[in-house]
Amino acid sequence: MIDGFIALYIFMLAAFVGHEIIGKVPAILHTPLMSGSNFVHGIVLVGAMVALGRAETTLELTIGFIGVFLGAGNAVGGYVVTERMLEMFKSSKEKKS
Amino acid sequence: MSFFSLENLIEASYFLAAVLFIFGLKRMSSPVTARGGIVWAGAGMLVATVVTFLYPGMGNYALMMVAIATGGILAWVSGKKVAMTDMPQMIALYNGMGGGAAAAISAVELFGGGDHGVVFGALAVLGGMIGCVSFSGSLIAFAKLQGLMKTTVRFPGQQVFNLLLLTATLFLAGYIVTQHAEFNYIVTFFVLALILGVTMTLPIGGADMPVVISLYNALTGLAVAFEGFVLQNAAMIIAGTVVGAAGSLLTQLMAKAMNRSLANVLFSGFGDTPVAEGSEVSGSMKPIDATDVGVMMAFAEKVLIIPGYGMAVAQAQHKVWELTQLLIKRGVDVKFTIHPVAGRMPGHMNVLLAEAGVPYDIIYDQDEINPEFPTADVALVIGANDVVNPVARTDPASPIYGMPILDADKAKNVIVIKRGQGAGFSGIENALFFLDHTRMLYGDGQEMASELIQAIKSL
Repeated sequence: MIDGFIALYIFMLAAFVGHEIIGKVPAILHTPLMSGSNFVHGIVLVGAMVALGRAETTLELTIGFIGVFLGAGNAVGGYVVTERMLEMFKSSKEKKS
Repeated sequence: MSFFSLENLIEASYFLAAVLFIFGLKRMSSPVTARGGIVWAGAGMLVATVVTFLYPGMGNYALMMVAIATGGILAWVSGKKVAMTDMPQMIALYNGMGGGAAAAISAVELFGGGDHGVVFGALAVLGGMIGCVSFSGSLIAFAKLQGLMKTTVRFPGQQVFNLLLLTATLFLAGYIVTQHAEFNYIVTFFVLALILGVTMTLPIGGADMPVVISLYNALTGLAVAFEGFVLQNAAMIIAGTVVGAAGSLLTQLMAKAMNRSLANVLFSGFGDTPVAEGSEVSGSMKPIDATDVGVMMAFAEKVLIIPGYGMAVAQAQHKVWELTQLLIKRGVDVKFTIHPVAGRMPGHMNVLLAEAGVPYDIIYDQDEINPEFPTADVALVIGANDVVNPVARTDPASPIYGMPILDADKAKNVIVIKRGQGAGFSGIENALFFLDHTRMLYGDGQEMASELIQAIKSL
């Protein structure tokens, strides 16, 4: 179980990690990084799957289905566009080779 | 519970996913390793998703597969198709989907009526509310940037209205958590939260939208983290919190680059505010033709190119890169200089240049390049305007006063490629265009770049 203060500690440490990662990013990567972090919160898909997996009534099933649909869109779409953007970043050396 | 139990396998996989996310994001923060970074994060996502099928006490797998397949395929196709210029609104759309998913988790938990206690109930409700705001707000941002919604809706007392709406939503949230409220209250709560996202985003002008998208990105992260607490899912808590923190910082950096505070973006309009009374700009704009510019650049030692969103709209980046290669072959030192808000969001211009094939090591940030302008023979401004306007340094009455700018005016010669004589996006007259050492090359960005290429080739 993750509860009480353990949860609070995880929250605090993860917040520091997020802050640290962005702190040193050059501006040229801001757009891909925003897109990349957008992809990472696509992990919401996992939670939506659990919610749908446990759903019983028609209402819960419907909302759960929408949740998984949206979560999958977030994860897959976020990955595709980030990968496309980063694929293009090349240095002069790589260009020549 | 044995060490090799299913529960431990799932937890270990989530742990691995969290590690991969963090290292992936870390690698994404340097251009050299960035391409690998997204693959790492992607691997983490794959591991977490596959292992979730093994979660105990679940059913509805067929429905789940259909939802993943439809959502995934639609996103895959749209993501592959979208033009690089339209990237900001696409990110907004995917982000909104994430917010919606977080809200859906919250809704299932609340309608399911499980007793979570006050703390977890409050987290579920808050996550749902934030998710809803991010969902509907991102959809509005998408519609605005995509050009589906041209009007900026404002009415008197809008901020008071939004505040009342927020209060009502929070009040209802509190009621649901403490009273185990029934169906109608929960539905009303979600509807109010969705409306709040719409009314918060509607009054914000297109120029400020990137900051808002970044903010909603951070909010979705937070919503995911909250729902992670409810579901006791460590991967969601860590990934969501990391994105929440990183996104908040990124939002601040963007707002700062635009010389605006976040509160300013959210609570005041920009872009269609009446143009403030800046001082009159005196002098005249002096035209020049492409042949002369070609000669000037071909025999220069150092040329700094300042691209703006106008260049991308004219699809001139490929021609500009061709021009650059010609100059480099002649031994000219050519550098691209990027203002933090060039394009539609920070870093967007770098993506557009990368698409044209410009290597990232001849692209420089504002702070790196500004000291070099006085030694540059030519500063070529193409499709940029406010970010090179020297009144930002000199005229306290100007609405852009204090905004950091590229010091193009300090170069020995300034060439501006521009369609016509009108003022820029913000409607502010640009003093750079009237300087004695500035020449205007009137025409479409792509055509002018082609003419410059011809001029240099025929030397």
